[in-house]
Amino acid sequence: MAKIPVTFTVNGEQQELLVEPNWTLLEMLRDRLRLTGTKEGCSNGNCGACTVLIDGRTACSCLVLAGEADQREVTTVEGLADHGHLTPVQDAFIKDGALQCGFCTPGFLISTTALLRTNPDPSEHDIRLNLAGNLCRCTGYDKIVRAVQNSAAQLRGE
Amino acid sequence: MPGFEFKAPTTLDEALTLFAQQGTVRALAGGSDVIDQLKTGRRHADLVVDIKRIPELQRLELADDGLHIGAARCCTDVHHHSAVRLKYAGLADACGLIGSVQIQNRAAVGGNVCNAAPSADTTPALLAHDARAIVASRKGRRDIPLTDFFAGPGQTVLQKGEILQEIVLPIPSANSASAYLRFIPRNEMDIAVAGVGSYIEIDPESRVVRKARIALASVAPTPVRAHAAEAVLEGRQIDERLIAEAGDAAVQAATPITDVRGSAEYRRELVKVLTRRTLNICLDRISVPQNGRGHS
Repeated sequence: MAKIPVTFTVNGEQQELLVEPNWTLLEMLRDRLRLTGTKEGCSNGNCGACTVLIDGRTACSCLVLAGEADQREVTTVEGLADHGHLTPVQDAFIKDGALQCGFCTPGFLISTTALLRTNPDPSEHDIRLNLAGNLCRCTGYDKIVRAVQNSAAQLRGE
Repeated sequence: MPGFEFKAPTTLDEALTLFAQQGTVRALAGGSDVIDQLKTGRRHADLVVDIKRIPELQRLELADDGLHIGAARCCTDVHHHSAVRLKYAGLADACGLIGSVQIQNRAAVGGNVCNAAPSADTTPALLAHDARAIVASRKGRRDIPLTDFFAGPGQTVLQKGEILQEIVLPIPSANSASAYLRFIPRNEMDIAVAGVGSYIEIDPESRVVRKARIALASVAPTPVRAHAAEAVLEGRQIDERLIAEAGDAAVQAATPITDVRGSAEYRRELVKVLTRRTLNICLDRISVPQNGRGHS
């Protein structure tokens, strides 16, 4: 199969690549661009470890073909911090100990960032519902929910 | 993943030419079903055509002749659309509970229909609204009632060269409402053990049901209408007893299997309960036409 050209923006930087037509966005990010913050878990859209933003909306990058990213804007976990300054969401996950092994954390950070943009004051129910597509097998979720609540409060200036 | 070619046409004509090509050509909307099926070998493709860049396939509009949902339009957009929430609340229900936020941001209502899973969540709501499938090919258009669109688990009546262009739902009458509920053993991220979509239209004075539609998911090889339950409701005054009778009648359309998600007997019981509950939600939505939950 002939390779296909993909021009897209990753974390604010434009990329032009030639990729296999059957590659996923996840493979393109990890294996070509070495952006290995985005993790591969289940590879079928259940675990959310590979969650990225495409034009501002969350998607499982394992269920996106590389060619679909053409002309799109993609944000990975590496693109959240601003010049090395962690975002309030990232800070809260550290302070509240909202992780153990850390494999799911990049996906949670992306999903939380997207949630708080549209809903700055989510209830616990909102948080658990909106993060249902991100699985964590270590924490039991309580500390994650607390970190989301605390980062939301900080972003609201409380 | 096995190899295939990839194209992302920007016009419908261009797409229809690609779909007429030899070999297996697969439409890609949200990809949440098809990419997983390609990875695992459950479906094959020589060419994958991303249909999301075609304007007609992204249409989402309440026009004079009804609600038009382009085949590539994602569940998130449909769920949040004000006319959908107001007039097609059952469809808004379904689009808001499929998979996760990540999945809803990608998965298309048209894709859910074309994947033709018996458990598809949007289909009962669409059937309850008398949806039609507008199918396009280089030879022209076909207008197919959605009741005739499914051929079996994972199978539709689409022929070589044809794609779903859009789904059209007629404008509901006054004093009507719809609702969709499914049962899953978890709160979210699961496949329906059974699902029911209901639509009723009542006379506001007499509370006589003028029109009723009940459709079931996960209890037959394809999504099915529960005609007997509709017949029980139509022309009679709606109350708790009639709703219970409709629930019992809905079971006649269910021919479920026993599998890992639930036994046939359990599924039949769910059909009864979910039919009653969706009808009660419809009544609430008709009587409280605010916050986009119902309409008059």
